Amino acid sequence: MNFTIASTLDDALAAVAAGARPIAGGSDLVVGARHGKSPMPDSVVAIDRIDALGHIETSTNGVRIGALVTHARLEIDDEIVARYTGLADASALVGSPATRNVGTIGGNVMNASPAMDTGAPLVVLGAEVELQSTTGSRRVRVSDLWTGPGRTSAAQGELCVAVHLPTRPALSGSAYVRLEYRRAMEIAVVGAAASVHLDAGGGLAALSVALTAVAPTIIAVHGTDALLGRQLDDALLADIANLAGEQASPISDVRASDRYRRHCIGVMARRAVDAAVRRARGESIAVPINRSLGIGAAP
Amino acid sequence: MSISINLNVNGTDYPVTLDPARNLVSVLRTEIGLTGTKEGCDDCECGACMVLIDGQPVNSCSYLAAQAADRPITTVEGVMVGDELHPLQQALLDEGGVQCGFCTPGMIMSATALLSRNASPTEEEVRIGLSGNLCRCTGYVKILAAVQRAAEIA
Repeated sequence: MNFTIASTLDDALAAVAAGARPIAGGSDLVVGARHGKSPMPDSVVAIDRIDALGHIETSTNGVRIGALVTHARLEIDDEIVARYTGLADASALVGSPATRNVGTIGGNVMNASPAMDTGAPLVVLGAEVELQSTTGSRRVRVSDLWTGPGRTSAAQGELCVAVHLPTRPALSGSAYVRLEYRRAMEIAVVGAAASVHLDAGGGLAALSVALTAVAPTIIAVHGTDALLGRQLDDALLADIANLAGEQASPISDVRASDRYRRHCIGVMARRAVDAAVRRARGESIAVPINRSLGIGAAP
Repeated sequence: MSISINLNVNGTDYPVTLDPARNLVSVLRTEIGLTGTKEGCDDCECGACMVLIDGQPVNSCSYLAAQAADRPITTVEGVMVGDELHPLQQALLDEGGVQCGFCTPGMIMSATALLSRNASPTEEEVRIGLSGNLCRCTGYVKILAAVQRAAEIA
């Protein structure tokens, strides 16, 4: 294996252009290789020392999260917790403290797992990924980035350098809830994220829901616009659960059957919307919300 | 391809030449001779291989040694204070938190990282801090007690 350490973004882009795979924390690449999933690439460039990729910057356009920002940082960052709470919920659930310490938002996004925890919150928060190469840069909506399990629309030579989240209006809230069988070192059985804006009367002015581990990629739920104007009540939550269940196309595997996943995705979607609305109303619900819901705890 | 790097482990520099695909735990154990760090699952699940890099917990089975070049690495051999056991080590002995001992080095490293950022953790915070470390002997209760006891002593 050819291995270099990039100290600048230009070094990294040149190496990636020449065919090297970028590595940051290695929590997907190295673990995958040791697990026999896929061997280490012939050429690897370590990008984790590039200071320019490690910052969270807030501006009037929203927040720019550098590709090297870790889950551990996202779960406690004041701006993320206050305004992009669903992303903090998800980051706090990833793996263990060690996983969160080395795992990065850029790596998580480009690994394109349909079970990735940060994916559904990024979709509902309207995230765009900034891809850079030696010839230029472009921004892609996350939902247009993922094309299948482990596959993205990024071209050869493009490196993810940041994730952008647009500003949040007043009276908005978000949440990510996942079904898990244990409270750590877990992968989502299914999961759901919701983002809402409320009007002055407390009705839904905007609603986005996205689903984890029920399709080849993270998917956005269609048809939520028909629910706008409604108040949070049991009928609304039942409609959301139905929409989620209808649009899921889960598989059966060792972790759950397709029927169980289809049922539970409705439950997770309903809970995510309920939590997002309550947060939008100003209710304080600690990150990650999975804990106060008691999911994954011993009975 | 081999590369030559410097690994700084417990404050000592170790120049090593290695295949860059090698994981840190194998280099610590076989090149440097520090066998306190254990290899368990080799899959980032069990935490027996936990070390600190820049003071933060890392599963050394799934981390390239080459990526740790010139960064401060702490292993269980580095936590003693002179000839004295670290309060965590003593508390684990006092509370009976060690049985077979295989998980103990990793537990100590995760607990060290936790206590360095949170000197008085609640039991829930200790559970989260140790959530990447598996123990198959003790049922965890005595390990949790030991970490809280160490926090009280320190």
